[in-house]
Amino acid sequence: MKEFFQSCSQFFEDWGQQLYNTFIEDERYMWLVRGLGNTLIITLGALLIGVVLGTIIAVTKYFSEDRRALRFLGKLCDIYVTTVRGIPVVVLLIIFYFIVFASYDNGVVVATITFGINSAAYMAELIRGGINSVDPGQMEAGRSLGMTKLQATRKVIFPQAIKNILPAIGNEMIALLKETAVAGYVAVEDLTRAGNLIRNNTYDAFNPLIAVALVYLVLVIILTKLMGKLERRMRKNDRSKKSV
Amino acid sequence: MIEVKNLYKNFEDLEVLKGISTTIHPSDVVCVIGPSGSGKSTFLRCLNLLEKPTSGQIIFAGNDLTDKKTNLNLHRQKMGMVFQQFHLFPHMTVLENLIAAPVMVKKIPKEEAIAKAMELLKRVGLDDRAEAYPEQLSGGQKQRVAIVRALCMEPDVMLFDEPTSALDPEMVGEVLDVMKELAKAGMTMVVVTHEMGFAREVSNRVMFMDEGVIMEEGTPEEVFGNPQCERLKSFLSKVL
Repeated sequence: MKEFFQSCSQFFEDWGQQLYNTFIEDERYMWLVRGLGNTLIITLGALLIGVVLGTIIAVTKYFSEDRRALRFLGKLCDIYVTTVRGIPVVVLLIIFYFIVFASYDNGVVVATITFGINSAAYMAELIRGGINSVDPGQMEAGRSLGMTKLQATRKVIFPQAIKNILPAIGNEMIALLKETAVAGYVAVEDLTRAGNLIRNNTYDAFNPLIAVALVYLVLVIILTKLMGKLERRMRKNDRSKKSV
Repeated sequence: MIEVKNLYKNFEDLEVLKGISTTIHPSDVVCVIGPSGSGKSTFLRCLNLLEKPTSGQIIFAGNDLTDKKTNLNLHRQKMGMVFQQFHLFPHMTVLENLIAAPVMVKKIPKEEAIAKAMELLKRVGLDDRAEAYPEQLSGGQKQRVAIVRALCMEPDVMLFDEPTSALDPEMVGEVLDVMKELAKAGMTMVVVTHEMGFAREVSNRVMFMDEGVIMEEGTPEEVFGNPQCERLKSFLSKVL
C-alpha cells in the first residue's frame, strides 16, 4: 500500500515536471499560442477565400447552364473543381510553396491561399447543390415578375439555398480547420507544428501532443455550437411570430 | 394584346403543342380547359416564355417575345402569373413578397410599393397578415397573396395556371372570388382551369385543348351549351 502511494506521488511529481518542461520552461506555451494564432489566421483566411471563390464558381456554373456565352467559363469551373478535388491538399500545399510561390517565403500566406483554393472547390459544389435544392418554381415565380436571373438568384434562390446548406458548410469549416494541421509541411508554425517542436525539445511526446489535440477539439466544439446557433436563428426567421 | 402564331413546343421527342394560333384581346377572360396532358399549362407557360417555344411566335403588345433581341424581363413585368403551387417566397413575409419585384425590378420607392401592396392586400381581405410568413397561411390565403404579388407589378394581363387545383375544396371559392373581381374590373386574363362553373360564369371565351391543339373555341354558351366535336362532348360529360 505504502509503495503504491509512493509511486503515485512519484508519478504526479514527474508529470508536474513534464508539464513544466512542456509549457512553462522557455515560455513554450507561447509557441502553442503563436501556433494557434497561425492556425486561426490560416483557417479564417482560407474560409473567406473559400466562400467567396466557391460562390463565384457555383454561380458561374449555374448561369453557364443556359447561356452559351458563359459555357466556356462553366467548363473552366468544372476543370478547377475536378483538379483541386483530385489532388491531396498536402500535395497542393507543397506545390504552391515550392513551385508556384517559390520566390515568396511567407508560409502562412501561401498556406492560407492553398487551403482557400482547396476549400473553394468543395464550397462550390456545396453551394451548387444548395441552389439546385431550391424548388424550380421559386425561380419561375421570380422570373415571371420580371426579375432577371441574377436578381432572382440573389433575392429568392440564394437565401433559401444558404439555409439548406448551412449544416454542410459547418462541416466544411470543421474539416478546413483540421486540414490546416498539415501546414507544418511548409515550415509554417501552426498549432500542430508547435506541439511537435515542443516534443522535439523536451523529448516528451505525451503532453504537447495531447494538449494540441485538446485545443483542436475545443475549437471544433465552439464552431459546432456557433453553427447550431446560427442555424436555429435562420430557421426561426421563417417561423417567427407563429400565428395563433 | 397577345397574338399566338403557330406555336409548337416539343419536350425532346414529345410533341406537346402542335400549332396553336389564337389572339387574346384586351379585357378578354379566356378559360383554357381540357384533359390533363393536353398541353394547357405548357401553352400558358409559353405565353410569358417560362417555356421556350420550339417554333412559332408570341406577339405581346407589338413585340415578338420569341425574338432573342426582345427584352423578356421588361415584358414579363406586364404579364402577371399565378401558379398552381403558389410559389410564394418562403423566406419573406407577405409584405416582402409583394414589394420585392416592384422595388427591385421597377425601382419603385419602398414606401410607395408598401402603400400599394397594403391597399391590394386590403382588397383581398388579408391586410392583417402582412407580417406573416407564407407557411403560416392557408392555401387559399397563399393563393390570394400570390395574385396580389402579381398585381403589384400592375400587369396588363394575368396568367393563371390552375390556380385552385392545389387547394382544399372549401378554399376554392375565396380564390375564385378574387379572380371574378379582377375580371369585373376589366383585367385581361388567361386561366387554365378545371373549374367549369368559373369558366361558364366569368369567361367570355372558352378554349378546349386536347393533344396539343385547340379543338374548339367559343363563348361559354357555345362550348358548354352546344359542343361540336366528340372529344369535347365526352370531356364535358365527364367533368360536368
